[in-house]
Amino acid sequence: MEKTTSFKLNGKNVRLTTSPDRMLLWVLRSDLALTGTKYSCGEGFCGACTVLVNNEAVLSCQYPVQNVNGKEVLTIEGLQKNGELHPLQTAFIQHNALQCGFCTPGMILKAYSLLLKNPRPSSREIVEDMEGYLCRCGSYNRIIQAIQNAAQTMKGRIS
Amino acid sequence: MKDDEYIPFDLGQSENPVTLDRREFLKLLGGGIIVSFSMGDLFALQERQWGRAYPEDFNAYLRIGEDGRVSCFTGKIEMGQGVVTSFAQMLAEELDIPLNIVDMVMGDTALCPWDAGTFGSRSTKYFGPPLRQAAAEARAVLIELAAEHLRTGPESLAAKDGIIFMKKDPAKKVSYAQLAKGKTIERHLEKKPAIKHYSKHTISGIPTDRLDSRQKVTGEAKFSGDIRVPGMLFARILRPPAHGAKLTSIDTSAAEKIKDVQIIRDNDLVAVLHQHRDVADEALGLIKARFEEPEVKVDNSNIFQHLKESASDGNVVAEAGNLGEGKSLSNQAFEAEYYNHYVAHAPTENHTAVVKIEGDKATVWASTQAPFRAQGEVARVLDFPSQNVRVITPFVGCGFGGKNQGQQIVEAARLAKLSGKPVQVAWSRKEEFFYDTFRPAAVIQIRSGLNSSNQIVLWEYHNYFAGSRSSEPFYSIPHHRVLSYGGWGGRGSAGSVHPFGVGAWRGPGSNTNVFAIESQIDIMAEAAGMDPLEFRLHNLTDERMKRVLRAAAEKFGHSFSKAPSGKGYGIACTDYLGTYLATMAEIKVNKRTGEVRVERVVCAQDTGEVINPEGVRMQIEGCIVMGLGYCFTEEIRFRGGRILDENFDTYEIPRFSWLPKIETVLVDNPELAPQGCGEPAITSMGGVIANAVYDALGVRLFVLPMTPARIKEALAKEQGSSRDKSRSSPVSLL
Repeated sequence: MEKTTSFKLNGKNVRLTTSPDRMLLWVLRSDLALTGTKYSCGEGFCGACTVLVNNEAVLSCQYPVQNVNGKEVLTIEGLQKNGELHPLQTAFIQHNALQCGFCTPGMILKAYSLLLKNPRPSSREIVEDMEGYLCRCGSYNRIIQAIQNAAQTMKGRIS
Repeated sequence: MKDDEYIPFDLGQSENPVTLDRREFLKLLGGGIIVSFSMGDLFALQERQWGRAYPEDFNAYLRIGEDGRVSCFTGKIEMGQGVVTSFAQMLAEELDIPLNIVDMVMGDTALCPWDAGTFGSRSTKYFGPPLRQAAAEARAVLIELAAEHLRTGPESLAAKDGIIFMKKDPAKKVSYAQLAKGKTIERHLEKKPAIKHYSKHTISGIPTDRLDSRQKVTGEAKFSGDIRVPGMLFARILRPPAHGAKLTSIDTSAAEKIKDVQIIRDNDLVAVLHQHRDVADEALGLIKARFEEPEVKVDNSNIFQHLKESASDGNVVAEAGNLGEGKSLSNQAFEAEYYNHYVAHAPTENHTAVVKIEGDKATVWASTQAPFRAQGEVARVLDFPSQNVRVITPFVGCGFGGKNQGQQIVEAARLAKLSGKPVQVAWSRKEEFFYDTFRPAAVIQIRSGLNSSNQIVLWEYHNYFAGSRSSEPFYSIPHHRVLSYGGWGGRGSAGSVHPFGVGAWRGPGSNTNVFAIESQIDIMAEAAGMDPLEFRLHNLTDERMKRVLRAAAEKFGHSFSKAPSGKGYGIACTDYLGTYLATMAEIKVNKRTGEVRVERVVCAQDTGEVINPEGVRMQIEGCIVMGLGYCFTEEIRFRGGRILDENFDTYEIPRFSWLPKIETVLVDNPELAPQGCGEPAITSMGGVIANAVYDALGVRLFVLPMTPARIKEALAKEQGSSRDKSRSSPVSLL
């Protein structure tokens, strides 16, 4: 049975009618054509599909669309403000914290949610928080550096 | 050339690449100066590599647009390895333009020069030289045009940042963009201009950030699965439970009831199509199908025996002296067998393709390392002439050799034709693990001998299915023979040695060979009573290799002692297709759990002239991290044609917590032309870690991956054998 779900997506109101059990990932990627959120493992083992729901990182491949009703969703496309990169994005660029870039949107959004809770994480805290996030290119060290660098730049002001 | 240097593919298709006529080409590109350059150099280099001739009208193009921006066209693709940056640096350097006005156009068969594919750490090495030559020629053409414009002689002009000016009066100048405006000029120079000497470089050779980062951190970067074509349907395909299984019955009635679903059946191909991927998934799950599976003959427990029994006649890869003489010169002899399990590529981006057919033309967007090969495959399956198929390669999310084959592209093409709609095929992770062309399981046997002055005088090497790359001895060994009984290639199950597809995996052959070779070297070092670094230097005459070893040792900082020292230091070195490297590692092993913690890895690499030092470092780091996977966990579990690992829950790849401290040393060697760097550093990882484990525990692991269970088992065996003095070591004397 189809249902109408209303939520805020990257600051804009969205209303769509679809089956409520469908996973948010597919609604974003195919219904809304927001393709920055990636499909990789499809079962919640890699983190590539991460988006923020009310500032919490969730795996959108495992997250039914009905659960976002009335909430705020942020995808990688919504991270820039007025065409300006978020400090995390800038830090990823400066540290070359990516190669193929396929895991990058998920990495950045997971890091964003971490910095919200912990504005100055140690590298151990970053590793613990990001452990479920896979980068086959092996950019992990640079990702840690980028997150710490971004944390320094932001001085606790995440968004 | 060795057999496994080839990517096996149908060159018959490759000999008819797209050749656009000039008008069509201009239509695609708009105006600008087009410099057409002869690919003679590339032809010659590739000819030596491939043993085949490319068509004579094969040209590569660069374009200087009216807006002053410069497009660079290459048949290579970007999958993370970073040529998107290093090619741009090479072009900008020779053309005297700023890096930020270069636009890379990669892997588009309608716009880019033919290319065999992006693999084998070959991009910079083989495409780099003709690209530089083209840019140098373009610059010379522009100077000629500027001379006409400024009414002076070309010799009185200089170029910088896309501006040509009079040396004596820099105010008299003209930009490349002004020269290009409104014109389409094609010139060939009779005399090829020289490319710059590396000492004059200001862009090439300078650490440079990736040019694709901004797109990749904002989500703007498009991968094949991000392509949206009006009317496009997502296809999900019915798969057998095992390789070699045959469909015996099928019932699609439940799936058909789903709204707007389209079911396609064409011989072996059964697919459900829907405008939403997840709905297609749901429909696929409703199909009831039965399969007949072939008898299970091999699994992880007997695969090595099977491989040895399946050996074909050996090919001699390298030979010198006489093994009999080597034996008689040997004071001590050593014999060991090394094993390596199947390993997956596990790219982050699954194999994906979009195919749109309009009339007698098809456009393909695909995650592929070989777009021109894909063009041929699609043309064949659609029965179109090659030039009617355009393959566009968006960013590719990892390849590692796993995207040389175009199965998903052919599937999308067939389904687009059958359905009459644009179709996207994106494999699920389970399909990814099923249809991967795995790194083959392999067995290496080595017999070696030392004389009384601790020189290696005998080396007999038998290679079962690893592939022969990096198996030629680089140590100075007077009597050696290297035999290969089957390479890394081979697809499918029928008649194949392997129960499923295998293929090139980052550093094909070399990972297994270097593991075996460098383990054997350490075994001999211990028997010689020498530390492993000293023993290597003692047996090397190749100064380049000695230099990288010393560079790594200097950075490593610790001195090696005769193993096992208990410190957990490891060492391995190799020559990967002309790139030399030495890796050193420091590890800790938990004897109770068998778990290994890699604390630190140092890698010194001599890649010849370096285009982007930052890019080379990134590749080395990535190689080291990825290599830890096949050292410790990565092993495909299978039963016959059934692949038991289906996702990252059981197939563990390296994650954040595994990270060692990584230090890279780029050994300066600019006189040597640029070599490859995407693969070399991963190939030493098995050897360096196995040697470090031995140094820590006094127990040698002969099987990759070195799982905690295998380490515990080896420890228990060692403890048992030290009680039983009759078996002192897994290494027996000849």
